[in-house]
Amino acid sequence: MARRLCRRGPARGRPLERLKKTNTATDLAVAAVFREEAGRLTAALVRTLGDFDLAEEVVQDSLVAALEKWPEQGIPDRPGAWLMTTARRRAIDILRRDKRYREKLELLEHANLHPEPPEADDRLRLIFTCCHPALSQEAQVALTLRAVAGFTTAEIASAFLVAEATVAQRIVRAKRKIVDAHIPYRVPEAAELADRLDGVLSVLYLMFNEGYLSRGAQVAMRRDLADDAIWLASLVARLMPDQPEILGLLALMKLTVARSAARFDAAGEMVLLPDQDRRLWDKASIAEGVALLERAGAMRMTGPYQVQAAIAALHSEARSWLETDWHQIVVLYDSLLRMADSPVVRLNRAVALSHFAGPELALGEVNDLAMALSGYHLFHSTRAELLDQLGEPVLAREARRRALDLCQNPAERSLLERRLRG
Amino acid sequence: MKYVLMFTENEEGRGYWETLTEAQRATAYGRINHWFEEHGKAGRIVGGEELQGPSSSTTVRLRNGKAIVTDGPFAEAKEIVGGFAIVEVKDLDEALEMAKGWPGGSAVEVRPVVDHSND
Repeated sequence: MARRLCRRGPARGRPLERLKKTNTATDLAVAAVFREEAGRLTAALVRTLGDFDLAEEVVQDSLVAALEKWPEQGIPDRPGAWLMTTARRRAIDILRRDKRYREKLELLEHANLHPEPPEADDRLRLIFTCCHPALSQEAQVALTLRAVAGFTTAEIASAFLVAEATVAQRIVRAKRKIVDAHIPYRVPEAAELADRLDGVLSVLYLMFNEGYLSRGAQVAMRRDLADDAIWLASLVARLMPDQPEILGLLALMKLTVARSAARFDAAGEMVLLPDQDRRLWDKASIAEGVALLERAGAMRMTGPYQVQAAIAALHSEARSWLETDWHQIVVLYDSLLRMADSPVVRLNRAVALSHFAGPELALGEVNDLAMALSGYHLFHSTRAELLDQLGEPVLAREARRRALDLCQNPAERSLLERRLRG
Repeated sequence: MKYVLMFTENEEGRGYWETLTEAQRATAYGRINHWFEEHGKAGRIVGGEELQGPSSSTTVRLRNGKAIVTDGPFAEAKEIVGGFAIVEVKDLDEALEMAKGWPGGSAVEVRPVVDHSND
């Protein structure tokens, strides 16, 4: 499955910085407030000012101010109102300096700004603007986290292991493009909605994977990217209740995080799905995922996220790796391939196939993917597993070494090293 | 909001054009004309031209106050601009919609025009 993709990117080559910070109750409470309020605030200010850049900037400033004040003074009784007052003051400061903004200043001074507007939640417009395909996907992710989920630039930087200045620059550039190129602030019309929604979902899925894969890597952060991705997906699902693919994505996320506790052993080493202690899986999260998938299925409009969630659900329902319904999983992979053919999906299909058609046939299918996947560590580690099953330890070792050369995720590297030693 | 849509072609596209018969070429032009007519009627077209091929191009490079004239386009690019349209639309999405419906060429670059009306 695509979610097993190794983390890649310019900063991945650096040694992992181990942040000593631990989550205090205040940190978690502040994060929860930011997540609830930031998007609403930004949306309310964009609506009043008609200026995405300014609105986003002053909300960010108010979050940074809250991070300075709240840990000492405590979270105010009405945190949303506190943030709104701070953001508004900041906006007035900025606008006073510039005569061109006189009209906007009046709007702001007289507007009745509610952090929680009684009318329909317009964070959806905010999300679609942040995830506009005219922006780079990196910028879409950063902007969505900042404007909708209330991340600070520093938090985004530590979540993605990139320099804070890099994130700041990405955001400045993206916002400049929104203004200069007149990227609209609205939910796309019916004709483009499906395409644009795909873009939003892939941003959320990327966030989720980034957060989920770095979990357990001993990087304690104020905020858990995977939780925030789930929160954002739930928000989109609530705002667009008739779109089954959102429910499919949310189901996939719930079914995936359900396995969190089993993914690392007591020594902090990664445990792959076949070897996980299934008693540690979170049954409530699995039940939620399955229920979401059923709700999506009732809409009778299938899509790749629903199919991936269905595969995850089959794994969740199986008593053991060997007792998994591999036939059904291959059928699901086939339907996924019909929707979007990809070599990574073919690789996963071959693994499922090996369980009832044997490793030899599966290896043949995997080898056919060499051209497309020779730079992908899981291609080589899958070959290694199959070669082991076929009694070819020398070739298996060679493949595993190749996988190790290509993999940069510390937990996965450690797993490969153990296999090479044992 | 004003944008320029730059219609580019790659070498393959140009090669393909060469293989077309007179009648096929007329059909292809027909589709392009239709695109201009349709958007023109809707008041979105401000201007536009088809450009002659890159072999007809001359580049004037300005360096240290001197102008150097050279043969050919300014960069050895695989994709070259074959024509352009200046359009007046509501926002980027509307411009992108026009570009998606462009019947000729391999790519369309969409760029906003600098607004000097407030200068």
